[in-house]
Amino acid sequence: MKKIEVIQNILEANETIASRNRQLLNEHKVFCINIMSAPGAGKTSLILQTMKLLKDKLNVGVIEGDVASTVDAEKVQSEAQAVVQINTRNMPESCSLMAAMIESALKSMPLDNIDLIFIENVGNLICPSEFILGEHKRVVISSLPEGDDKPIKYPLIFIDADAVIVNKMDLLPYVDFDIAAFRRSIEGLNPKAEIFQLSCKTGEGVEKWCFWILEQIKANVTKQ
Amino acid sequence: MHELGITENIVNIALTKAGEAQASKINQINLVIGEMSGFVADCIQFYFDSLSKDTIAQGAVLHFELVPAQLRCRNCSTIFTPKDTLWACPECRERSVEISKGRELFIESIEVE
Repeated sequence: MKKIEVIQNILEANETIASRNRQLLNEHKVFCINIMSAPGAGKTSLILQTMKLLKDKLNVGVIEGDVASTVDAEKVQSEAQAVVQINTRNMPESCSLMAAMIESALKSMPLDNIDLIFIENVGNLICPSEFILGEHKRVVISSLPEGDDKPIKYPLIFIDADAVIVNKMDLLPYVDFDIAAFRRSIEGLNPKAEIFQLSCKTGEGVEKWCFWILEQIKANVTKQ
Repeated sequence: MHELGITENIVNIALTKAGEAQASKINQINLVIGEMSGFVADCIQFYFDSLSKDTIAQGAVLHFELVPAQLRCRNCSTIFTPKDTLWACPECRERSVEISKGRELFIESIEVE
């Protein structure tokens, strides 16, 4: 019997494809944001509101990841330059998007006519934290009805986020959500993350988030 | 939940390495998995049994070295093992921490003949 030393990251295959995706996006000057949250936190609503506000400034494409259905793709269709729906039901991972799924989605997008791609990940706070997709920024949404303890229960996804959005701020008078405690948790886990408080329903705070996106795109172009 | 894709990678890596070494059978695969990586050893074993069928990895023992979580306080640099989910530093009580160990996920070695 012989022992062969391997020391190989098991996620390497995913990470290799992710860096290929990133390179392709950069070649076409496309900025890409991976939006993650629990189901119902407002990923689709945020993407819709953002596209409406940035309509005159950016051409936006959307990659929708869901276990099943094209419900979300239909919702964003009218505002987006291009939409690709990925159904993960029959894939090796049904609970998260993986880099290979994004690689094939990018093939059917007119990248030269797009400035920004939102990847709407599968609604889940656990699995998407393990898989990078080639995105430039990772964004997590928490919404008030979920409670302020999500960063304590699902720390990994918040640790790797570039920005954290607190959505459904219009519900603050009706739910017990301690904003200060939530912010403290995020700042403890990930002091670099930007935190945005907004409501996709009323539109309050969305402008500030859009401004952040524009800044990130500018910084990325300068960097290249 | 998301162990199927991971286990496919494990089988692929092990078969490639065994092939390079011209091995005829894989007896054991030694894995290092961090407590916080979110992967469940029993799930990996379950998928492994079906994915390795009819390959030279069939019947191989999966050995898991589980790495406990270890945190580092950003305030006073104390390294500690979290006792609860609040992740407060036992020295200064600050809840500003980074993970120093526990996110590992790699194949350390394979044993072949």
